[in-house]
Amino acid sequence: MKVAVLVKQIPDPSGAGRLDGSHRLVREGVEVVLDPGDAYGVEAALRVAEASSGEVVAISMGPERALEAIRKALSMGAGSGLLVTDPRLLGSDALATARVLARAVERSGAELLIGCTESTDGYTGTVPAAIAELLGWPALTFAKQLEVEGGRVRIQRQTASGHDLVEAEAPAVVTVTGGINEPRYPTLKGIMAARSKPVEQLGLDDLGIDPASVGEAGAGQLVSSVEPVPERSSGELIEADGAAARRLADYLAELKLV
Amino acid sequence: MGPSFELSPEQTEIRATCREFATEVVAPRAAEWDRSSEFPLQVVLQMGQLGLFGLPFPESVGGAGAGFLSYLLALEEIARADASLAITLEAGVSLGIAPIFRYGTEEQRHRYLPELCSGRRLWAFGLTEPEAGSDAGATRTRARPEGEEFVVDGTKCFITNSGTAITAGVTITARTGSGEGRGGISALLVESGTEGFRVAPAYRKLGWHASDTHELSFSSCRVPRANLLGREGGGLGQFLDALEAGRVAIAALSVGVAQACLDASLEQAQRRRQFGRPLSRFQAIQLKLADMATRIELSRLMVWRAGALVDQGRRAGRYASMAKLQASETATWCANQALQIHGGSGFMEDLPVARYYRDVKVNEIGEGTSEVQRLIIASHLLGLGGSVSKLLDEGGG
Ligand SMILES: Cc1cc2nc3c(=O)[nH]c(=O)nc-3n(C[C@H](O)[C@H](O)[C@H](O)COP(=O)(O)OP(=O)(O)OC[C@H]3O[C@@H](n4cnc5c(N)ncnc54)[C@H](O)[C@@H]3O)c2cc1C
Repeated sequence: MKVAVLVKQIPDPSGAGRLDGSHRLVREGVEVVLDPGDAYGVEAALRVAEASSGEVVAISMGPERALEAIRKALSMGAGSGLLVTDPRLLGSDALATARVLARAVERSGAELLIGCTESTDGYTGTVPAAIAELLGWPALTFAKQLEVEGGRVRIQRQTASGHDLVEAEAPAVVTVTGGINEPRYPTLKGIMAARSKPVEQLGLDDLGIDPASVGEAGAGQLVSSVEPVPERSSGELIEADGAAARRLADYLAELKLV
Repeated sequence: MGPSFELSPEQTEIRATCREFATEVVAPRAAEWDRSSEFPLQVVLQMGQLGLFGLPFPESVGGAGAGFLSYLLALEEIARADASLAITLEAGVSLGIAPIFRYGTEEQRHRYLPELCSGRRLWAFGLTEPEAGSDAGATRTRARPEGEEFVVDGTKCFITNSGTAITAGVTITARTGSGEGRGGISALLVESGTEGFRVAPAYRKLGWHASDTHELSFSSCRVPRANLLGREGGGLGQFLDALEAGRVAIAALSVGVAQACLDASLEQAQRRRQFGRPLSRFQAIQLKLADMATRIELSRLMVWRAGALVDQGRRAGRYASMAKLQASETATWCANQALQIHGGSGFMEDLPVARYYRDVKVNEIGEGTSEVQRLIIASHLLGLGGSVSKLLDEGGG
């Protein structure tokens, strides 16, 4: 089975992010990495492909340097890449992004699309579901486990108290949580091999996308203001008065952590 | 093309992957291995799976074909987390694999390299003897030709990676000729388990606790003639050549430890408060930090410079010795500064600085002491091609 996986290059989340005047994340002149969440998607895609002697294609939309995110997926074992890059895409909102990526997925010939639940920079968490809608594919979201067997896609969908079993026929879109697997390290041989794997670069015209439907021009979403996250309360202090250990244990038990 | 100091995208990615591996897998357990003097076999095997042991060698022998500089970057990153694991890698690659890759026959390469490059097995290198250290030409181990075999008798000391569960053998230097000169020394591949080859219990060391070091003895140990590595009588010359690149690798390892010392010092200097402010606000501490960073950067540049020569297939010669000298002495100096910045807590084994301090000194000793590096550099300067024996002969005569 050919599996497509979405990868995104984002400013290194361990650094302090900055916003520009129009409340957009500053992406120039900062360290960028493959979204850590996407590593789970790549791993999940590789496992499906390996089990079905299929192949993984890593798909991204972004500036040319997003190629590095694709290369990372290639060095982990993906077979090819597809980057949609076009200056007219700047300022695209989540829906426009989904429009572009849906075209790219179609073009890749994949029968399964895997993405992470939400990106670690924008956190809208809407792109994969929007792609599914645009393609008319079922969306199986929040997967903490994924199995593909003879064209049937089965996931354990993470819920607050456990999981639901969700099943659909391929082609389908699956979003995965961080709990689904332990992403592999790219092997050093894989890094060297990634160099010679094919990566297709496409613009809006190649995909037949109307420039008016994307970028600033097509944005239906406007970020009007941004507020800092409220400071967390300082938490509960447990005095070491002899009963502290029990209170601590009770507290953890209450949170179902022990 | 002039100096660029830019890494290729692959080198950048290799370094990032090694850093991630070192931070996530190695660093959290380094103290534990240090305390127990345990050789962390599982992690060494994981390093093999990652592709570290085959990194600089071509794909045709099971390597990654990533070049020598990539290997140096990897060593720095691993050493930053644990010098013991870094020396396990360095000795495995520069002393174990490189001579077989460089001087082995097709058959020898085929027999050993795929397993060694994959990191499933390790190979050691035995040059040093109780009576032949810096003066490696004083080798006493003998390999007497007898029919289709050599009969080996002698002792090797301080041999890294020679007694692990995955050690497959050792390359030793031994006299195959009758004379006492340097010309009669050859190299032989001796497989683990060969009768008459004994591995003594591990040494107790000041540092590098998680690295495997043993004395080896050979008594009437029979080795097939086919195990001769390289030219008969060419043993010493070959190995002094092979050691040249190894020195650059030790330099890279030293940079890693020095960087770890700076990392720890920066953190401590900003966290620890005395006289109502963080240590980092005292100029005496700031100057130490600045000097450490400057010397480390200088060492790293020298490592890259020498490494680039190796990648171009040129002799690294004096640049290899200069890099090793500079980087190893810098690392010792940085460990000393780091401990001082940490005060009493730096003397306690609860923080890694004490381990850095114990681990670092040996970089000025292994693969040629600082004194020997200076002799090699002087020999180059005086037109004697880097040969220490020529330098000493001239000096004496
Ligand atoms: C942990 C560890 C691992 C090692 N692993 C290996 C290994 O895997 N394989 C291997 O073959 N060897 C190995 N060695 C040995 C190492 O290479 C030697 O220890 C080193 O070459 C120095 O030799 P030596 O110890 O005999 O010191 P010596 O040669 O006895 O030197 C003692 C001192 O005298 C100085 N000195 C000697 N000659 C001169 C001179 N002409 N002018 C000025 N000063 C001089 C030296 O610099 C040094 O300061 C290892 C050593 C250690 C400590």
